[in-house]
Amino acid sequence: MVHWSAEEKQLISGVWAKVNVEECGAEALARLLIVYPWTQRFFSDFGNLSSPTAIVGNPKVRAHGKKVLTSFGEAIKNLDNLKGTYSKLSELHCDKLHVDPENFRLLGDILVIVLAAHFTKDFTPACQATWQKLVGLVAHALARKYH
Amino acid sequence: MLTAEDKKLIQQMWGKLGGAEEEIGAEALTRMFCSYPPTKTYFPHFDLSPGSDQVRGHGKKVVAALSTAIKNIDNLSQALSELSNLHAYNLRVDPPRFSLQFLSQCLQVALATRLGKDYSPEVHSAVDKFMSAVASVLAEKYR
Repeated sequence: MVHWSAEEKQLISGVWAKVNVEECGAEALARLLIVYPWTQRFFSDFGNLSSPTAIVGNPKVRAHGKKVLTSFGEAIKNLDNLKGTYSKLSELHCDKLHVDPENFRLLGDILVIVLAAHFTKDFTPACQATWQKLVGLVAHALARKYH
Repeated sequence: MLTAEDKKLIQQMWGKLGGAEEEIGAEALTRMFCSYPPTKTYFPHFDLSPGSDQVRGHGKKVVAALSTAIKNIDNLSQALSELSNLHAYNLRVDPPRFSLQFLSQCLQVALATRLGKDYSPEVHSAVDKFMSAVASVLAEKYR
């Protein structure tokens, strides 16, 4: 059972309240595809992913990024039940999408960097630590139903 | 593999820091100890409280090494040869592909908080690749 302190919950909700889910999601996913190009293997039907500019401007990348981060928002509403929240998505990522769970860790770290660039000095070490904990737990929950 | 463009982006980015490099080193370490408590096990002899002189001093050392690496980006193996020996035979930090990944993440967060949108996807990619290359060199002599 994961424990969240009052301070951690505040650091999460405080940041989340100021996040533009569509922009942030699009950026995180684009960076995943740019920084770790092998992740493009999961998106072969997304069209033009030939350069950072193409990836950033790709409408399917934007749309999917928004989807992914919206789901993250669900996790934030259910911090005490991440396993339950991600149960179906975990099965989906294993059985249908065949995504190596290592990729969840990569995306999580990228999301933290996107938040850092956005919030600059407000993204304090304590804030980063809380978000690293969150993305780690989300990655873990998503990997849980793999078999 | 670091392309010519990657190298240019890294050198440009490092140049933009305007003397803040030392602070960034201390900040990266502070962030690492905060987000990844097991990394503290390598510093039982340090005062790790906020603003610690030892952390500042060590951060400065780390950044100086990275600066050297950036200046010699075409020959990382040679530039980091001493450090490679140190990490393999003396420090024996858990093989850099693991621990350095935490330092890389925290260094990038420290850079991103300072550079904001100038920490573009292209710069992010170049720095990530660079830190990966540094980690590989430091791990070369482990066994």
